[in-house]
Amino acid sequence: MVYDVAVIGAGVSGASTAWRLSRYQLHTVLLEWRSDVGFGVSKANSGIIHAGFHHQLSTLKARLEIRGNLMFEALQHELGFPFRRTGILVAAFSREEMATVHKLYEQGIANGVPGMEMCGRERLLQLEKKLNPEVIGGCFAPGGGTIEPYRYVFSLVESATRNGVCLKCDFEVAEASRAEDVWRIRSSSGAEVRARYVVNAAGLFADRVSGIFGAEEFTIHPRKGEEYLLDRSSAARPERVVFPVPGAHSKGVLVIPTVEGTTMIGPTSDAVDDKFDTAASAEQMQRILSHVRNLIPGVSPRDLITSFAGLRPVMDNEDFYIALSEKAPAFVQVAGIQSPGLTASPAIGEYVKDLLKSAGLPLLEKVHFAVELAPRHEVRHESPAALDRLHSGNPAWTHIVCRCEKISEAEIVEAVRKGHTTLDGVKFYTRAGMGRCQGGFCAARIMRIISRETGIPMEELTKKGGNSRLAAGRLGDLPVNTAEVRGGEGA
Amino acid sequence: MIQEEKYEVAVIGAGAAGLCAATVCASAGRNTLVVDREEHPGGILRQCIHSGFGLRYFKEELTGPEYAERVAEKAERAGVRFRFGTTVVSIRRETDGALCLTSLSTAEGVRIIRADAVILAMGCRERTRGNLAVPGSRPAGVFTAGAAQRLLNIEGILPGKKAVIAGSGDIGLIMARRLTWAGIRVEAVVEIMPYPAGLTRNIVQCLDDFHIPLLLEHSLVNILGHGRVEAVEVAPLSRGVPVTERKFRIDCDTVLFSVGLIPENELSAEAGVELNPATGGPLVDSSYETGVPGIFACGNVLHVHDLVDFVSEEAEHAARMVLRRLDGSDGGSGQFPVRAESNLKYVVPNRFLPGCGTRFAFRSLIVCDDGVLEAEQNGKILLSKRFSCVRPAEMLTLEVPGSLLKEPGELKFRLRKGEEI
Repeated sequence: MVYDVAVIGAGVSGASTAWRLSRYQLHTVLLEWRSDVGFGVSKANSGIIHAGFHHQLSTLKARLEIRGNLMFEALQHELGFPFRRTGILVAAFSREEMATVHKLYEQGIANGVPGMEMCGRERLLQLEKKLNPEVIGGCFAPGGGTIEPYRYVFSLVESATRNGVCLKCDFEVAEASRAEDVWRIRSSSGAEVRARYVVNAAGLFADRVSGIFGAEEFTIHPRKGEEYLLDRSSAARPERVVFPVPGAHSKGVLVIPTVEGTTMIGPTSDAVDDKFDTAASAEQMQRILSHVRNLIPGVSPRDLITSFAGLRPVMDNEDFYIALSEKAPAFVQVAGIQSPGLTASPAIGEYVKDLLKSAGLPLLEKVHFAVELAPRHEVRHESPAALDRLHSGNPAWTHIVCRCEKISEAEIVEAVRKGHTTLDGVKFYTRAGMGRCQGGFCAARIMRIISRETGIPMEELTKKGGNSRLAAGRLGDLPVNTAEVRGGEGA
Repeated sequence: MIQEEKYEVAVIGAGAAGLCAATVCASAGRNTLVVDREEHPGGILRQCIHSGFGLRYFKEELTGPEYAERVAEKAERAGVRFRFGTTVVSIRRETDGALCLTSLSTAEGVRIIRADAVILAMGCRERTRGNLAVPGSRPAGVFTAGAAQRLLNIEGILPGKKAVIAGSGDIGLIMARRLTWAGIRVEAVVEIMPYPAGLTRNIVQCLDDFHIPLLLEHSLVNILGHGRVEAVEVAPLSRGVPVTERKFRIDCDTVLFSVGLIPENELSAEAGVELNPATGGPLVDSSYETGVPGIFACGNVLHVHDLVDFVSEEAEHAARMVLRRLDGSDGGSGQFPVRAESNLKYVVPNRFLPGCGTRFAFRSLIVCDDGVLEAEQNGKILLSKRFSCVRPAEMLTLEVPGSLLKEPGELKFRLRKGEEI
């Protein structure tokens, strides 16, 4: 078949675009080269819904950020992902920093950021009790918040696929050609998809995909951000997202109360060469710690449960590049979606839809469009009485598999049946393995459930697809060096 | 409708501590329930298929599963009731003082369990790579030693083909041998301290016998690999800091972390139990009662033991104290503080009752072959004991008879090297 639109990349931008298109009478295919959606740039996002005061309105990213921010209540209502408007505050510790805060405040007012407020020391400490009392002032934007970015992507894709979008994972675009107004897209494993319009939302690899389609030449620069996660018992968890006064290229290292009750510190911001370099380093951890302890002195390395790093896809001019290609026909570029891309994503989907329309894609609304996802039950949010009722329908609801995050077998089975068949897929869909023991107790149990549900032998399961095999085989598969073992016994 | 049950004693955890404590309570005629999230009794012992257990408690050498089976049989014979596949999600103390557990299980859904006394015996969990913030990428093939042990011994799955073990804790050492026996090559065990974290006998039997190098004063400074681990980088330490110019690469597909255990007390903390930062376990008085009346603790949830035999002994002692409380004796009032001073990481219990003999357990902060442990009260040395082998890895114990503990006042313990005398 010939699809009307092929969206390349199932991160926030691609997922939001596919979701937006799913309400029209279109055949849309979403192509993702990894094994699950949101597993690239989006997975390692800080999960901030920015308030809209960090960038000048002359940039596309600021305009989409402000529009996107306002769309999240409706989205959450429809899709049910974890999101909370905690408010964002910026804390200044010197008169120079206060001067920058004034500029941010004025920029926020000019951008129309709702409720933007200049704060003195007392007001800031009233807004955030964990803040370093040496703070001298700052600003506050109540409309900022936090979200679970991967859950957001999962919900967008789930709603999109329920409304007819076809998702193809493990599809790495390798070649493209165009004949009779149709793009022929071939994957590296020889699969083929045909579509009239193509949206390039390939994140870090948007430059490569653009080249494959003979579109504009540009370079995506990866900029690394390392993050550290603190246990939910950490006394340092703030009520609001706490920002320092920003530097030239980043919004600084912050303290983030995640929607799910943990605390995240980071990110750093460093240009790297390798688009696969998501390693964390000891130096950056020390840097993050010293920065955030200046904001919230209670942050302690004792509370660390894990670290991760993500790469921002950055264009030379630092702005988003969302436009119809001038070289390749029926091809939309969605590139350079760095911060505030997550915040802007709902508006990006809308913007891309309008670009496609302007390029001649007919948009007829569907008569039957079921946007809302059924609410998900989660043991950690249910009352004992509600859990008892769930148990009478399905006893797996009261079988706790992940003790740290209280995730039941029923939740894990649901994730697997929805196509999340890797350990990380289950982890990001359910939180199983995300807590303080980091899967030490539950990984083997989850592997057993995935294996049971999919029929894939346990030893063939992967952490995140590709060559990330979790095991090397079954006991007895490897030859034992008997000489060495016997030598041992004789010693 | 949520069903409720009532017991005199509810024990959380069916490892060695829970089983031994429950046996004592049930033998005394108390209606005793043990709840465990697993389907079988024994806790972590079930995956410890090596021998070396029970030399002290059973006077013979047993494997982990054998030890578990014996203590489970004793509990069954004593009339302990069991609830397996059941996770306790909260402990609450009602306004009338009754203790109330909420449990979840496939078989029974949500159950409320009321008890006059609760014994915490949930054991511990392993410290992870994330706790230490070990740098590098996050590929598949990074396990805690215990998780790898479970994969291999319970699931029959090979975690990898070529491994490096970070940390020389006992589970890591045991796993070095276990991996070798499964055909997995162990390239090295890397330890940041100048001495091993595990028992000496495990160094000999699990590393030396198999010519596995132990790199003391070395640190794992990087994990490489995208899909699966490809290599690690290791650097020698100078005054605790990695000398990165001298770092070297070891190719491997698996990294095991054996870098310490953390008593698992989230449930206890939510119930209002105050924890000791030095142990990670509850602060207890000489009855092993926590700060919440009626809640007791023993085994690895209280402090990490080196031998299961000590866990069993401590659990039995704690259970006898529970029985005394059920028989109507007073709680912790009238008790005096106990403090660990120089060269000791901690002491358990943290309070004592005058006139009541108590066994104290300690962890040393120093390594020496002639150490003297002293108990001092009101400026007087009450007791001292010599130890020929003092290691942070090996627990020290000291019985202080009631005849010496007659007076009120803070009791202090300290450890010094013998040659200082």
